[in-house]
Amino acid sequence: MENAGTDVIQGTLDLLILKTLSLEPMHGFGISRRVEQVSRGVFKVNPGSLLTALQRLERAGWIGSAWRQTENSRRAKFYTLTRSGRKQLELETADWQRRSSAIARLLSAES
Amino acid sequence: MSVWQQFARGAQVLFHRRAADKDLEEEVEHFLEAAAAERIAAGESPEGAQRAARLELGRPELIRDEVRSHGWENAVFTLAGDLRYAARQLRANPGFAIVAIVTLALGVGACTAIFSAVNPILFARLPYPNSNRIMSIWEMRKGGVPIFVSFGTFHGMQERSRSFEALAVTKPWQPTITSADQPERLDGQRVSAGYFHVLSLSPRVGRDFEASDDRLRGPNTVILSDGLWRRRFAADSGIVGRQIRLDDNLYTVIGVMPASFENVLAPAAQLWAPLQYDPSLPADGREWGHHLQMIGRLRPGISEQRASSELGIILQALGQIYSKGYDSSGGVPDGMIVNSLQNDLTRGVKPALLAILGAVGFVLLIACVNVSNLLLGRGAQRRGEMAMRAALGASQGRLVRQLLTESVLLAIVGGALGIVVASLGVRLLVSLSPVDLPRVAAISIDRDVFRFALVVTGAIGIVVGAIPAFQISKGLQSGILQASRRTTGSRHWTRRALVVSEVALACVLLVGTGLLIRSLHQLFAVDPGFDGSHVLTMQIQESGRRFQDDSERLRFFRQALDAVRRVPGVTSAGLTSQLPLSGDYESYGVQFERDNGKLGEPAFRYAVTPGYLETMRIPLRRGRLLNEHDDNGMPVPVLISESFAKRKFSGEDPIGGRIRIGPDVGHEDRPWATIVGVVGDVKQESLAVSEPDAFYLPASRWPWADNVMSLVVRTEGDAAQLAPAVRNAIWSIDKDQPIVRVASMDSLLATSEAQRRFVLTLFEIFGIIALVLAAVGIYGVVSGGVTERIREIGVRAALGASPRDIVGFVVRQGMTVTGLGIALGLIGAIIASDALITLLFGIARLDVPTYAGVIVLLFGVAGISCWIPAQRAARVDPAITLRAE
Repeated sequence: MENAGTDVIQGTLDLLILKTLSLEPMHGFGISRRVEQVSRGVFKVNPGSLLTALQRLERAGWIGSAWRQTENSRRAKFYTLTRSGRKQLELETADWQRRSSAIARLLSAES
Repeated sequence: MSVWQQFARGAQVLFHRRAADKDLEEEVEHFLEAAAAERIAAGESPEGAQRAARLELGRPELIRDEVRSHGWENAVFTLAGDLRYAARQLRANPGFAIVAIVTLALGVGACTAIFSAVNPILFARLPYPNSNRIMSIWEMRKGGVPIFVSFGTFHGMQERSRSFEALAVTKPWQPTITSADQPERLDGQRVSAGYFHVLSLSPRVGRDFEASDDRLRGPNTVILSDGLWRRRFAADSGIVGRQIRLDDNLYTVIGVMPASFENVLAPAAQLWAPLQYDPSLPADGREWGHHLQMIGRLRPGISEQRASSELGIILQALGQIYSKGYDSSGGVPDGMIVNSLQNDLTRGVKPALLAILGAVGFVLLIACVNVSNLLLGRGAQRRGEMAMRAALGASQGRLVRQLLTESVLLAIVGGALGIVVASLGVRLLVSLSPVDLPRVAAISIDRDVFRFALVVTGAIGIVVGAIPAFQISKGLQSGILQASRRTTGSRHWTRRALVVSEVALACVLLVGTGLLIRSLHQLFAVDPGFDGSHVLTMQIQESGRRFQDDSERLRFFRQALDAVRRVPGVTSAGLTSQLPLSGDYESYGVQFERDNGKLGEPAFRYAVTPGYLETMRIPLRRGRLLNEHDDNGMPVPVLISESFAKRKFSGEDPIGGRIRIGPDVGHEDRPWATIVGVVGDVKQESLAVSEPDAFYLPASRWPWADNVMSLVVRTEGDAAQLAPAVRNAIWSIDKDQPIVRVASMDSLLATSEAQRRFVLTLFEIFGIIALVLAAVGIYGVVSGGVTERIREIGVRAALGASPRDIVGFVVRQGMTVTGLGIALGLIGAIIASDALITLLFGIARLDVPTYAGVIVLLFGVAGISCWIPAQRAARVDPAITLRAE
């Protein structure tokens, strides 16, 4: 898996998780797969970092969690976005766009 | 993320750790299962899928650990674990733990105790509002020597100076209080009206002194201290306006100071009354005596320099207006000295205290080095344990943290004990402290001191643990934690370096101690000019206005002296207005006829009765002593001191020379006194100070009769034992005369050097601790060396080395370390002795006998420390050691 090696850019994991959960409640593995699929394998989420990040976001009150049955009737911890989490997502999204467009402008100016 | 939320969730986990762990475990499990399920769905075999999932995601335990290691609660778990482990380690090695803890407790305790004493004196502000603006003001004699100011100077300054918000003068006052209870002599101060104003304090009840209180023959008013008010007047709330009897006079209480009032100028003072000097400044009155302490509060923004130059200009003007007044007390001073009260109070003791602070810092350093060394020694034993933990996956940081936790735990226990040691030490310090130590009342274990101890303890924990921890981590990095020779070597090298520094530190301290011991020896070898053995002294304070005139007062002293001479065991007795080495300091101007009009050189004044010089055995060099017939007739006979005579008469015979003294100086209409004898020089202020100019005259011939006289009594046996009999003899004449300051001349001699002795005592204590710790260090490193090289020693023995060779081999090891330490220590001592310079007397900073003595002592102690391990090495049986391999 040589091409799947890129780690999530430092500091953007929270944003990716919040975005993923804004679509539907999901368990940890689901989040990890979704990030990988949507990014077409560019980002790889290490389970240790993911679970740590989930714990941190939950403590911040941006996501909630509950044990539920999965489609194949296993018990799994599902995470949902809370109201303050949605606000945070908007904030971070706006912030990210501001930054990335700035970077893009810089790069294009050089070429 | 709010901190509070982080805290709350963390706390939840902290208290429900098991549930949280289970939660996490299941989640990780599900994660892996889901990953495997995905692969199975893609067609892989169940076993293969599970293995692949694990390969891809990593071991579940590691994931769990990673997640768990975030969040603050985890640090608590680790710390608790580390602490538990550290405590277990210490309990398992009680010998090591006790030695380390006791060493640290001594170090921290000594340091904290000294800090508590030094802090209020040197670092803390004086307990008054804007205390940095309070100045101490002195007249300056030739050579920049500060002397007390006269009332004349104060009065002029107060009228003219614009630099100060307020000025005040004060002198000691010791009235006897009489009421229903027993009469009691109190310590107090006579103050000018602005005294409390300068300090910016006012009475808690009642009022402060006003200008109307402080005028000649003004009303008798008094302000009490809170302590006196509670003790003597049962905290009577109606005290203000009441009259109390002091020295047979009625005084009206006008106020009580607050309990928090700390009077740094006279800590023992319990009451204050106005000075009431004569503002017309008669040229022959006490208004020109240099006996008042002056303080002032600078206006904001005025510097000390500006104030002192202003006062200097005023002084010149005053000198012209009041030349007669100044001449009666030694002439117009050279200038005025303005110095902050804080510096002024501490100037005398600052070098001593800084030296002590430095010394105790050294003790603390040595204690730290010793504990570091012990930890290193233990590190050797724990190499296996550390290797094991590293192999089981403990990270290097984790192991270092563990070791630091242990040393910090040691430091905390040691520090806690140290505070106990300090609180005992502070009491010892206060009881040892010389009488002139300022602000003794403020010495205690307060918040500042506590904070200091805490910081020191924390720093020790880290510093002491750092070297061993560094050693371990270095070992881990190079992967040679097993009993390899290289780590052994480098650790051994570190231990040696530590012992070298320990010896060096001890050497510096011991040189300091040696220099002080030698100084004190030199001092006591100084001839005070009198023979103090078998001499009893006491001060008779003829109190108040009991005697109507001078002749009555003189008669009382004469009768008392006669009564004392009749006491069995008394061989001779005499009275003097001031007693050498007792803290008395009184000088007056002397004008020599042969100087043709040049005025007033200051000299000590001794108004004495016949018998004083004989009792003190002050030798007569020329002429005659004083006798009873000198009380009458003209001219007034005086004696002068040998050096004074030599300087003024330069080889000519001083007998018959004529002088005017004190208030007569410069008054052409006053008669001359005639020099009838020359006596030996006497040390008045201190053995270290040579100010030999003095004159003696009959007590009856001074313009006024002194009301405080010191009695000296030469006894057949033990001087102190005769004190009650002598006292009763005086009281048989008048039972209401207070007698104070009873002491043998020998003890006065000893206490006159109390400050040096105080410093020396502490240096001796610290020096001994340092020596013992250094010896333990040398023993430790040599003994450890023998253990580690037991095989080598065995081989040497097998190859024919005699026990003597082996002893020599081992001792050489110890001596190399010691020698290096001494070499470094001597350099340090030469630098550090600079700090002691003001405390030295009669010897150079680089006093050879001291340095030689310390070298011999250290080598001797090192030799003893090496001897035991050397003997052990000599007994090594080569057969057994070699077989053991």
